[in-house]
Amino acid sequence: MGEIIKVGMADLKIGRAPDTLTTLGLGSCIGLTLYDPAAKIGGLVHYMLPDSTKLKNNTNIAKFGDTGIRELLRLILEAGATKRKLVAKIAGGASMFEMSGLSSIGSVGERNAEAAKQLLKELQIPLIAEDTGLNYGRTVELNCENGDFLIKSVGRGSKVI
Amino acid sequence: MENFTLDHVNEMYMDVLREIGNIGAGNAMTSLASMINEKVDMHVPKVELMEASKLGSAICPEDEIIVGIFLEVTHDISGSMMFLMRMDSAHYLVDRLMGTATGKDDPFNEMELSALKEIGNIIAASYLSALSSMTNMTIAPSVPYIAVDMAAAILSVPAIQFGQYGNNALLIETEFGDEQMINGYFILMPEENSYAKILSSLGITL
Repeated sequence: MGEIIKVGMADLKIGRAPDTLTTLGLGSCIGLTLYDPAAKIGGLVHYMLPDSTKLKNNTNIAKFGDTGIRELLRLILEAGATKRKLVAKIAGGASMFEMSGLSSIGSVGERNAEAAKQLLKELQIPLIAEDTGLNYGRTVELNCENGDFLIKSVGRGSKVI
Repeated sequence: MENFTLDHVNEMYMDVLREIGNIGAGNAMTSLASMINEKVDMHVPKVELMEASKLGSAICPEDEIIVGIFLEVTHDISGSMMFLMRMDSAHYLVDRLMGTATGKDDPFNEMELSALKEIGNIIAASYLSALSSMTNMTIAPSVPYIAVDMAAAILSVPAIQFGQYGNNALLIETEFGDEQMINGYFILMPEENSYAKILSSLGITL
C-alpha cells in the first residue's frame, strides 16, 4: 500500500507508484492530473481560478490554472517524468448553484475547464479524459500505479476515467 | 482610493464587520424563531478571518455533506451571500417547520428542499435588512439557490469569490436554539468596490 497524498485547495503535489493523490470535494475548482505511465509518476493540482494575469494579487501559483499547471509540469519533470509521455486528465469545474449571471463567478467553473484545455494544447500534452461541468461536487483520486482517475460524487456513485 | 480587500483589514474594520455580523445574525435568528415557533437563545456570533483556500474545511470535514443556500445581492451594493448548515441542523429545522421526522442522513425531497430554501431566504433577508438599515443603503436579495453536497465543493464558491480579490475570507458562525443548538454560518461576499461603499456609509474612511 502506498501513501495517500492529500492535495488541498490551491495546492499541488507529486506522487509515484504505489501512492495515491487525492483532493476532496472539487466544486467549481479544477483537479488536473499529469501522469507518466512508464515512470509511474503522477501529479495533481487543485486550482481555483483560470488566469493569474487578470489579478493583481497572484502570489500563490497553485491558485491559478496558468501558473499551477506550469508548476506541476516543472515539478513532475524534475521528479523524473518524460515530457512526451505525459497525459492529462481533468475533473471539476461545476456550477454549484444555478446563478443568474449577475455574479462575476457564475461561469468560473466553465472558464476553469477551458483554461486547462487551452494550456494543455499549448504545452502539447494530450488531455485523455475529463469529467467536468454540471452542478455537483467531486472527490478525485489519482492512482500512480496505473493512472486511473477515480471520481466520487454524492448520490451518483463513483467512476474511473 | 485603493480598492479594499480583506488582506489589509485592521482591527477597526474587523469590529465593524463583526458588528454587522452580530446584528444581522440576531435579526435572522429572531425571524427564524417566529417561523418555527420556538423561543430561541443565541450565542454571540464568531467572526473569523481566514485564508480563502482554507474555507473548504472551516465548517466540517471537506467531504461531509452540508446544505448551502446562495443569494445574489444587488442595488446599492452588489455581491452575494451564503447561509450554510450541517445536515443535522438542516433536518431539525425542516422537521420543526413541516412537522416531519426525517432521519439525519436522509436525502431531502422536493418539498423539504423548498422549505430549506424558504428558511434560507428568510434568514438572508433579515440579515440583509440589518445591513441595509445600518448603512442606509438599499440592498435587495435575489431568489435563493440551494445545494446539498460536499462542504468543500459548496465552499469553493465563496473561496473563489474571495480569491478573486485577495487571499482572505470572512466567515460568521452563529449558534442558536432551545432544546437543540443549531449552527449556521453566514458568508457575505461583496464585489470589490462594494466593501468601500459599506465602510464609508458607516463613516469609516479608508
